[in-house]
This record gives sequence, C-alpha cells and structure tokens, in this order.
Amino acid sequence: MSEQQVRSHAIDMSSVLRGKGSRNESNETCIKVENLNLFYGEKQALHGINMEMPKKKVTAYIGPSGCGKSTLLRCINRMNDLVDSAKIDGKILLNGENIYDKAVNVAALRRRVGMVFQKPNPFPKSIFENVAYGLRIQGINDKQILEETVENSLRGAALWDEMKDRLNDNALGMSGGQQQRLVIARAIAIEPEVLLLDEPASALDPISTLKIEELINELKEKYTIVIVTHNMQQAARVSDYTAFMYMGELIEMGTTSELFTNPVKKQTEDYITGRYG
Amino acid sequence: MDNSKIGHHISEQFNKELEDIRNKVLIMGGLVERQIEQAIEAYTTNNMELAEQVIKQDNDVDILEVAIDNECSQILALRQPTAFDLRLLIAVIKIIHEIERVGDKAEHIAEMAIKLSGTEKSVPHHELEHLSNLVKGMLHDALDAFARMSLEKVPEITSLDDKVDREYDSILRQLITRMMEDPRNITRTLDVLWTVRALERIGDHACYICEHLVYMIQGENVRHLSQEELEKIVNFKR
Repeated sequence: MSEQQVRSHAIDMSSVLRGKGSRNESNETCIKVENLNLFYGEKQALHGINMEMPKKKVTAYIGPSGCGKSTLLRCINRMNDLVDSAKIDGKILLNGENIYDKAVNVAALRRRVGMVFQKPNPFPKSIFENVAYGLRIQGINDKQILEETVENSLRGAALWDEMKDRLNDNALGMSGGQQQRLVIARAIAIEPEVLLLDEPASALDPISTLKIEELINELKEKYTIVIVTHNMQQAARVSDYTAFMYMGELIEMGTTSELFTNPVKKQTEDYITGRYG
Repeated sequence: MDNSKIGHHISEQFNKELEDIRNKVLIMGGLVERQIEQAIEAYTTNNMELAEQVIKQDNDVDILEVAIDNECSQILALRQPTAFDLRLLIAVIKIIHEIERVGDKAEHIAEMAIKLSGTEKSVPHHELEHLSNLVKGMLHDALDAFARMSLEKVPEITSLDDKVDREYDSILRQLITRMMEDPRNITRTLDVLWTVRALERIGDHACYICEHLVYMIQGENVRHLSQEELEKIVNFKR
C-alpha cells in the first residue's frame, strides 16, 4: 500500500460519528421562557411553561390542535398583546432581556423577532416593495441600500433567481409557495434575530413545502428559528429540538432525533406514534 | 400475549399491519425451531428423509424473510413510523435476518447428517444433544421474549452464551485429540466440527435477537457490550 492509501484507511472515527446536528458548537440560549402562564379571559391556555431555545437552531412545537403551541409562539413577539382578553404572567428572556418588561418597545421587539404565518400575506404591492417595506417604514429610502437589501433577502429566501426579472410585478400574482418565500424574504430584510414560523408550509404543495424546509435549513445559519407545525414528519426533518405540548403544558422537550426515536414520556410516544392516549 | 405495545393506533389498519408482521416473525421462528429439532434428530438417528425435509423447509423460511422485509419497508415508506413503532420495525428487520441465519445453520447440520451418515460421528450423542438443547432453549426463550415484548428473561438468555462456548470448547478439544490420534480422521472430524460450530452459532444468533429486543423495547443499543453492562441497562430501565 502506498502512503496515501494507508492514510485514506486511517479514518477519523470522531468525524464519522459526529454526523448531522453536531454537538461541538456552543449551545447558547437565545430565548428562555420562565414560568409562563397565559389566560384568555377565565380560561388558562398555557400552564407554567419553562423552556430554553438555543441560538441559531430550529426548535419545533408539536401537539394536537388547541394545545397552545401557536399561543406560545405568539408570546415570543408579543402578538398576544393584540388579544384584549389575554393576560400573561411569567417571563420570556430574549438574549437575557425580558420582553415583557414595561420598558420594552413592542415595535422594536417585533423588528428583532420576525413572524411568518400559515397563509402567505404579501401586501398588494410589487415584489420589490414588499421586501423593501420594512426598511421604508424605518425611513430608509436610499435606493442603493434598498436594492441591495431586496436582492440579499430574496436570495436568502431562495427566490432571487425566479423573481429577479419580475421585481415590479404585483406580489399577488405569485404562486402560494412563492408568496410564502416572499413573506420570509420580507421578514429577513430587516435582519431579525429570531424567526417565528406558524405552520409555514401547511397551505403549500409538497414541492413548495420541501423548498420552505430547505430554506429553513439555510436560514438557521443566521437566525434562531421557532416553528409550529402539525406535520410531525416536517418537524422531524427541519428541527434540531422538538417540544411536545398538550393541553397548554409542555410535556417534553429534547433533541429531535431523541424525541422521535425514544421519547421519555408516554404521552409523547402516544402522540407521535398516532395512538389514542 | 401483550398486544398493548402494538395496538391502540388511531389507524386500525396500522394495528393490523404491525400485528401481521409480528405473527409472521413468530411463524418464521417456529419453523426454524422445528428445523433445528429435526436436523439434530436426523443427525443423531441417521434419518436421511428427515434431513432432506429440513433442507427443503429452508425455502419457506427464506420466503417469509423476504415477505416480512417487504412489509417492513412498505410501512416505513407509507407511515413514517416513530418511537416504538420505528424501533419495532428496525428490530424486526434485524431479527428476521438472525432467524434466517439460524435456519441456514439447521440446513447445514442436515447436510452434514447426510454426508456423515453411516460413519461414526466421533462426538458422543449426549454431548451433542446437551449443546443443542442449550441453544434451542436460548432461541425459544428469545422468540418468546419477542412474542411477549418483554425483556424479563433477556439477561438470563444472554448469560447462557458463556456456557455454550464452554461446551463447544470441550467438544472441540475432543475432536482435536481425535484428529491427532489418526490423521485419516481429519476430513470426517472436520465435518463433525462444522456441525458443532453451527450449534454454537445458533446460540450467538439467539443473543443477537435479545440485543435487538433491548433496542426495540428500551431504545438502548446494547450491541458489543459485556454481559454485566447489558444487565445493568436492562435492569435499570425495567
């Protein structure tokens, strides 16, 4: 055997075993939920939630309808403030800072925590203006900055190549999958720290769904992502961590690979294997 | 039998599919148990007809292996199972491979029975029977543990592997002595050795089945661990 052959035989086992979801990066916490209770009027929708979501990772919330996963997601950028009957106690720390502190400016918070909904909701404007909107309302009108940001955001949302010649077309003429990616482009144009995705692919066909999932994989290089999904396989494919919620409580949270192959709690097992509990 | 681990899916059809796979594995296991029984009998009683039958039966075992394999991959593709269901299917795919290998060993013993018929077998029958009873018991208990989905007996089964190895070594020593006494015995004695070796390997396969069962039921991978480590894991979680 030549020296080169010998070397190629000496496999570095640690690199072979590391594989996907390598644990060698730091697992710094981005969002920390502490003792969060939420009431809609008399009804308690979230019961004493405690969880930590690591930076630049994808955390998925799964659970049956009405278990509180969307409610919890909306707490992270204070969307529930818009619901009159909602009352919240507890804390959510975004990089160590309590977002429910009186001093927090909610508009500024929502710039740091972007959100994408189930149904794509582009503005009835051109594709360019949709993406540039966040900057314009901050008073940025410099043409060069806007053009650069629009291009980068559309590239980030894997939409640039499809749309670069149609930037002045009305966004409502795009397909559902394209609209959803446009909405993601609009969200990342203002460079948030966190992206909240509430069922981002449930209204899309399988190919568009895979594109969104692929996009999530790329976006986690830059952003901390929290996704709510009814599609368990989707949660399994895109997320690093999964939290299972039931009746407003966090039942179990763990690495996605562990939770889907060997969950600790019986309720989790029953739900993910499709059994009635 | 405890059906609670397999049943209770919202999809009744899925329950049926898993139950069907389990039944087929048990049928396959039963076939192979009978194969060993008959192969040993053919060997010790020079019953050629029975030996031929064992060899023919191996075909059924192979057909079942392929059928179960296909059903498992169908379910993996169509239902994307998780947690216990996923581990069950992965374990079944491996367990049927072990069972099929045991079937091959039985076939091998039957072939040796034909080849060595009429000659003096150089191992006292009671020693061979002792070894074969030991490994048959291990295989039976391993399949029983699968049927019950219980790890209760697993440490006991795997602990017997040492005993099998000791029996095998002792027979091996006798055979070596025989070959040294008269080199003309070597060819025939080697054939006897393959038979004994086949029995010893059946014990190993029974232990592998147990390891797959631990993965299936507890989600812990206990392959390549010592008996003590295995017992620790099984007893800790049970």
